[in-house]
Amino acid sequence: MSTTAERESKTKIAGTLYRGHEGMWSWVLHRITGIAIYFFLLVHVLDTATLRISPEVYNGVIGAYKTPIMGIGEAGLVAAIVFHAMNGLRVILVDSTSWGTKYQRHMFYVVLGLWTALMIAFVPRHLMNVFSGGH
Amino acid sequence: MNLTKRLKLDRLAWVFMRVSGFFLVFLIFTHLIVNVMQDGGVHAIDFAFVAGKLADPMWQWFDVTLLWLAVLHGTNGMRTIVDDYVYRAKLKKVLLGGLYGSTALLLVLGTLVLFTLDPCPAGSPADLLPSFCSVS
Repeated sequence: MSTTAERESKTKIAGTLYRGHEGMWSWVLHRITGIAIYFFLLVHVLDTATLRISPEVYNGVIGAYKTPIMGIGEAGLVAAIVFHAMNGLRVILVDSTSWGTKYQRHMFYVVLGLWTALMIAFVPRHLMNVFSGGH
Repeated sequence: MNLTKRLKLDRLAWVFMRVSGFFLVFLIFTHLIVNVMQDGGVHAIDFAFVAGKLADPMWQWFDVTLLWLAVLHGTNGMRTIVDDYVYRAKLKKVLLGGLYGSTALLLVLGTLVLFTLDPCPAGSPADLLPSFCSVS
């Protein structure tokens, strides 16, 4: 037997948090990482286009990426890309398999696991390149 | 646009996000491994490296595929976000106009650069160019 107040607290949607479970965080992070990647893509096509101006100009522009702050930014960008990629595959499985919806929560933790493993493979190596100065 | 047409287009966009997303995972991971995980990482990226790569038609077609899929996937994602959060008709029009304008610019500019880049521009110092430029 539960009181009316208890029933209400169980069914109430708290604030603007859409229940706050794995599915919501997957959705929120997919949007945020997607927007971040889009704006990087915009800049990245433009910086690559300076190849067409001259080797000096391109090397100057790309040289601006070779600083410790940009290096940390790049680690963040790769973190966003790897999450978006792994979670995107999860979305494809949820949409196109008969078992996907049932296991969407489990798959979110698989996404986090793969993300962690890939970041462990990438970040130390990348930061060593960034902070060793390269050339 | 009438509703049936719009729904058909949205369904097509939905399929495109899944198909392009699947291929983008492999294209972008390859792109990152080849460019950022090479010896020296980001520090090894310069004109000589990129122009040397793009002298190979395989990399030209790889990069142009990556460019088109990534830009269209990103554009449709941003369109979805504008559709979800922007209610004021005028602002929506401005944002979508800017978005589609950027899309066209990135596709045209990116494609032109990938296919018209001269890896050995005349008058440039040899030490900035791919090593094959100095073989005469």
